[in-house]
Amino acid sequence: MTARAHAAGGIARLAGALSRGAGRGGGTTLPGRVFLSLAPAGIPELAAALTDGVTVVSATNGKTTTSAMLAHILGAEREVCHNGAGANLMSGVVTTLLQRPEAATVGVLEVDEAALPAVVSGVAPRVVALGNLFRDQLDRHGELEMVADRWRTMVGGVPEQTTLVLCADDPVIDALGTDRERVVRYGIDDPAVALAKRDEAADSTACVRCGRAYAYDAVYLGHLGAYRCPSGDHARGVLDIAARDVRPLGLEGTAFRLDAPDGATEATLALPGLYNVENALAAIATAYALGIPTATSIARLATFRAAFGRFERIPMDGREVVLILFKNPTGANEALRAIAPDLPGAHVVLALNDRIADGRDVSWIWDIDFEGALDAAASIVCSGRRAADLAVRLRYADVPLDRIDRLRETDVALDRAVADAAPGARVYVLATYTAMFDLHRQLADRGLTEPFWEERR
Amino acid sequence: MLRIVPIYPELLSIYADRGNVRVLAQRARWRGIDVEVAPLALGEDLDPVRADAILIGGGQDRDQALVADALIAQAPALRSAIADGVPVLAVCGGFQLLGHRYVDQSGTETPGTGLVDLETIAGRHRLIGNVVVDVQLGSATHQMVGFENHAGRTTLGADVKALGRVRVGQGNNGDGFAEGCRVDRVIGTYVHGPLLPKNPWLADQVLAWACEHRGLSTALEPLDDRLETAAVTTAIEVARAQQR
Ligand SMILES: [Zn+2]
Repeated sequence: MTARAHAAGGIARLAGALSRGAGRGGGTTLPGRVFLSLAPAGIPELAAALTDGVTVVSATNGKTTTSAMLAHILGAEREVCHNGAGANLMSGVVTTLLQRPEAATVGVLEVDEAALPAVVSGVAPRVVALGNLFRDQLDRHGELEMVADRWRTMVGGVPEQTTLVLCADDPVIDALGTDRERVVRYGIDDPAVALAKRDEAADSTACVRCGRAYAYDAVYLGHLGAYRCPSGDHARGVLDIAARDVRPLGLEGTAFRLDAPDGATEATLALPGLYNVENALAAIATAYALGIPTATSIARLATFRAAFGRFERIPMDGREVVLILFKNPTGANEALRAIAPDLPGAHVVLALNDRIADGRDVSWIWDIDFEGALDAAASIVCSGRRAADLAVRLRYADVPLDRIDRLRETDVALDRAVADAAPGARVYVLATYTAMFDLHRQLADRGLTEPFWEERR
Repeated sequence: MLRIVPIYPELLSIYADRGNVRVLAQRARWRGIDVEVAPLALGEDLDPVRADAILIGGGQDRDQALVADALIAQAPALRSAIADGVPVLAVCGGFQLLGHRYVDQSGTETPGTGLVDLETIAGRHRLIGNVVVDVQLGSATHQMVGFENHAGRTTLGADVKALGRVRVGQGNNGDGFAEGCRVDRVIGTYVHGPLLPKNPWLADQVLAWACEHRGLSTALEPLDDRLETAAVTTAIEVARAQQR
């Protein structure tokens, strides 16, 4: 390591320690920011200290869960350097590298979509795993197509020996593997679990080559599925790793058969929703690219549990509270589908905030298919700073006005729902990021759950 | 039967423009007015006689370029509908497509329909945030609230009036004055959110024009808009806080 990078690393770590000591927080990004200002050219050296290489994971949806799954798989045999606290911009990535455990030999970095090109050129990853691109917080990222363009340029600059792990179900992601040797494509292949029609929220319907609308043989979520362009210039690539015979097990999770080049294995995932099947496929395919047999990954994933707000279940006064983070229409639609069979008799709390991490523009709630989705619920309470926007949305989904309650504070709304719920009943909380974060802290303060260390943006 | 026609909703719906369609249709249904949403798909021709309200949403730059040619081909039909009193509500990209042309950040020019004398040139950064606009409609002044997110800077022709005057936000050009355009029943605006859920007065105005075109009564029963009022109060609060 150069003297300059070495010195910068020391100062940056010290700054982080001082900040934490002063109770100022910021420990997940401050050292990185200090390092970037002192020795920006030293990032490759930081990454090179991980002798088994670095993997970066990005996507609009699922990057946190995918990278946590991958770290869980790798962690069974090696010390992993992973930004599990969710600081996924350049500053957070550099902080993670600076604070790597001494014995760590391998890196798993979750990276924000906009920050990805800079991180990839900085850390020279062994594997780049790309999941999907959805419209998400347009006010922060600009248009989806702009992000897609940056990713195309980035992939053009990635050396041939780097492996790309790509979700073939997303046309934009699939096309990134064109003309490359080292590519692992994964996807779902089971028409039995396909949607009857594409969600209204779906993006990327135009062929990446010619602009014509794709025809879909099966749609799994949003614009993900088995597609082909009528012009014949692009269709979903051949799946190296596929989930077939998918069996949803309600809130308990999902079972499927994994077909891979190293054999077929039965898999049971303790997380509900096709979303999480995509996340698990991404983690298994990435681990495979790193030399871990798919059957080994599946065995290890059996002990993987949900992260913050991803169907986290918390007992409260003899009722069960289920926390579900929602941040864009596709994720919300998938969550509504997952809870639908269990809704009769259950109570629902929705929470919409409009801080930067939630997206300041709340128009996306109009792309959620609320029509009929909550009719079976015993009660519905809207909360958060934009509770009234949610209430208006439900009104236009034909939820009767007298069924729509509004309570600005999400914890108060939850208390109301729990009080209304029969013993043993479930209360579902669907909340945007900061609303979920605040609620989780309040529940932890009451001793109902463990405090969560995730701190981001 | 009242017929609402969203133009190319598959490609022009980036900022939840479907919400505008839904609000218009629901507010008609709740008043017992028979209503049909008949989207115009790419490749189809607009029948100007059968449309009672036309909605044009916004798309991503790439999609917008894809639809521009198709939409230009529909300009004569649109003109004839407009002359016949059919209201047109065009939001974001739809607003830009009303004009003569759109020049993007790389200097590439996409022609528009030229239905309204205006043109748009992309600026260096996007104008993003909550907005509050004063809109004069008939004898009443309304507060229009929502969210803007556009790279385009739109200049109106000398004879084209703005839809409203910006109270909070950046408006057509980022200068904080003019917002949108209005030529009789053709309304263009950068305000989404989407627009109509939080501005039911505008939804009802478009609906009344549509009813008039169909030969129905334009006296619309009042609806219980308490939730909308609450959402507007929050939106104004948030917009003012962002201004400080
Ligand atoms: Zn094609």
